[in-house]
Amino acid sequence: MKKKKTLPKEKGKGVKYYLKRDWQLYLLLVIPFALVIIFKFLPLAGLSIAFLDYKPIKGFAGSEFIGLDVFKQVFRSKDFYIALKNTLLLNILDLVVGFPAPIILAIFLNEIRCKWFKRTTQTVLYLPHFLSWVIIAGLAYQMFAPLSGYVNILITRMGGQAVPFLTEKYHWVVMYVLIGVWQSMGWGTIIYLAAITGIDAELYEAATVDGAGRWRQIWNITLPCLKSTIIVMLIMSLGRIMGSSLERPYTLSNPMVTQFSDVIATYVYRVGLQNSQYNIATAVGLFQSLVGVVLVLIADKAAKFMGEDGIV
Amino acid sequence: MKIKKSTGDIIADVLIYAFITLLALICIIPFIHVAAMSISGDADVYANNVFLIPKHINLNAYKTVLGDPSMMHSLIFTIILTVVFTLLGMMVTIFSAYALSRPRLKGRHILSAMFLMTMYFSAGTIPDYMLMSGLNILDTAAVLVLPLIFSAYNMIILRTFMQNSIPESLIEAAELDGCDDFRILFQVVLPLSKSVLATLALFYAVGRWNSFTDALYFIQSDWLKPLQLKLYNLVNASGSTGALSQEAGGGQQQAAEVVKSATIMFATLPIIAVYPFVQKYFVTGVMIGAVKG
Repeated sequence: MKKKKTLPKEKGKGVKYYLKRDWQLYLLLVIPFALVIIFKFLPLAGLSIAFLDYKPIKGFAGSEFIGLDVFKQVFRSKDFYIALKNTLLLNILDLVVGFPAPIILAIFLNEIRCKWFKRTTQTVLYLPHFLSWVIIAGLAYQMFAPLSGYVNILITRMGGQAVPFLTEKYHWVVMYVLIGVWQSMGWGTIIYLAAITGIDAELYEAATVDGAGRWRQIWNITLPCLKSTIIVMLIMSLGRIMGSSLERPYTLSNPMVTQFSDVIATYVYRVGLQNSQYNIATAVGLFQSLVGVVLVLIADKAAKFMGEDGIV
Repeated sequence: MKIKKSTGDIIADVLIYAFITLLALICIIPFIHVAAMSISGDADVYANNVFLIPKHINLNAYKTVLGDPSMMHSLIFTIILTVVFTLLGMMVTIFSAYALSRPRLKGRHILSAMFLMTMYFSAGTIPDYMLMSGLNILDTAAVLVLPLIFSAYNMIILRTFMQNSIPESLIEAAELDGCDDFRILFQVVLPLSKSVLATLALFYAVGRWNSFTDALYFIQSDWLKPLQLKLYNLVNASGSTGALSQEAGGGQQQAAEVVKSATIMFATLPIIAVYPFVQKYFVTGVMIGAVKG
């Protein structure tokens, strides 16, 4: 009844009208909206210090505008290039090794017919995803430490030389990537397993009748059907190639390997919060975000260009 | 119609089972090793005799960890923090997802876009730090809760679920019966969303339990440090000499490795204990999340 009465008004689109009709919905949005404004949008104003001769004592008002001088300083800094290079290096290695791993694993898991075996191994394979990097790093050092790590104890007992898995920089890079694969591989299969479930079973039956073996079916049915999922996931990973989170490099790092373990996140933490060079750290962060957003947009365009849904 | 397996297929089967078994072992062995060390005798660990089977089983290392008041404090603090964080996070997610799932809400596209944008950019560490400093919440528990309770990713999952899995006719019927939005949310929509709500609550809880970056940035006081940060300081900063066994000092000198192992297990056990029961919810969550709204 009420609805009918107010219907003609709807054309007028008065803000008041909608606020009155849907005040409960708007009320629900107040807290989330406030949180987003305060904690996600408000900090953007702080980006301005990347353009200021900012000193914490002087504050915003007392700081002089110096244009792009801070950026010039950043791009002249050797440490910044090392962090940038390491970020890209570790992310690209992650992509090359870590991206195919869950696809291969999902295809193999799908071939397993024994229900309990599949369920048990899946439970075990997903587990590392739920652990913090502190714990993972702790486990890694317990396993691979040069003297007390059990892997090296086994190696030396069998007459080999202890391997400096985590204390020599090149070994460390390899371990960093492998530990990342270890952590994310099982969890990453979920999305591919879901896609595989969607494949028409008749395809496999027809192939079997035609005499196609296991490998043949994987190659000619499973993989082609996974193509679009793989492309979307790949493009999303490409968009994150500039990304840098603190926890993994920070927890896995040690003084012997900083030449490779210093990435943008650790650099920003050190320069910004430990040395209080706010404007430099902000400029680096801004540079990273901008490149990141551009990469995501390019990735999205690429996805749409290839006929996929896109991600933005 | 059953077709006999060829030799090639049997070999393939064997290889695949072996490969998966190997990977599963690689995932589980580090835990068994550290767990075994944590309950073994000091001498056995010193002599490097413990791999997967504990020797001279005892719980002394756990007693040391549990006997450390700052460790217990951190555990209790982290549990309370995780519960509060999860409850508030769920509240914010439910409120925003429900409001934005209602087609008749004016401005919902702009609001959704605004909320989603937060997934693709952030101002960065220093602007965040300055904001927290400006809000005067540095080094308080609030800084570990408020900035992260709104998650656009979780909001999308719930909104997608509400839009796709709850029949619109049901909501219309409730509206005809004179239910307002609050009642529809609490008496129609939420009871039908139990499984996805469980999933999101777990995302929040595990996320809070595991992360320590924000604490590293924003927390100075020892009594506000969550367990993971505490653990980091104990396991990493101390190098070969376990800080805990030094702290314990005096009485018996324990093997640093044993205490370290016990500390790692101490922070892992809560996750491992609940993990088998909640795993399926996580999988559901990832699936809904993948089908982006």
